[in-house]
Amino acid sequence: MPVRVQAEDFDVARELDALRAGDRSVGAVAAFIGTVRDVNENAHVATMTLEHYPGMTEKALAAIVDAAKSRWNIVDALVIHRVGALKPADQIVLVGVTSAHRGEAFAACEFIIDYLKTRAPLWKKEHTGEGARWVEARATDDDAAARWQVPTEPAA
Amino acid sequence: MRDAAADTLTLVYLARLREAFGVGSERILPPAGIDTVAALRAWLAARGGAWAAELAPGRAVRIAVNHDLAEPDTRVRAGDEVALFPPVTGG
Repeated sequence: MPVRVQAEDFDVARELDALRAGDRSVGAVAAFIGTVRDVNENAHVATMTLEHYPGMTEKALAAIVDAAKSRWNIVDALVIHRVGALKPADQIVLVGVTSAHRGEAFAACEFIIDYLKTRAPLWKKEHTGEGARWVEARATDDDAAARWQVPTEPAA
Repeated sequence: MRDAAADTLTLVYLARLREAFGVGSERILPPAGIDTVAALRAWLAARGGAWAAELAPGRAVRIAVNHDLAEPDTRVRAGDEVALFPPVTGG
């Protein structure tokens, strides 16, 4: 099961062990863990709520994993994204990638989280001392995802 | 008896749009001529109030048809599930 959306926390070590279990062709495991910060845009974040679009979120994450698998020579990949109420320091997301060598695992892991941030239907709402607010999308996230685009025609 | 679901369009609103509209989903009978994502967006904006404000041209709104991100000219048909939401902020 390469993609999961869940309210429960996850155990990074157990998930990565399961990802590479039984496959001795794996020589590299790369992982990204996203966590809740206590300050965003100068406001103290007390709690955060993650919302998703059941059905489409899982489909979008699976499509991103498939894209990574077709683009890099990796063995397997895993995405777990939490939803519901979270607090500072909580884990939000885990991306794990296995491959024979580190280069492919690092690249595919970074690609997956960059695409997840701009393409998977998930939304953060922060609850601060000044009230609740929906987090705005960042242009820097679009730029990060755009780095992975393959040019369709020669640059002028 | 005709299947009501086959005649209607299911609209889903998420995150900020769900709160602004005060509703998470609804079923509508697609009006004549409303057969693309762009036409549907304009038709909903014509409801006025929060609909006009959130769906005004220039506001960043993402629209998915049957769980796939759509373009303005993507076709919309009875039986489809069309979701409207703000740019995503997960990860």
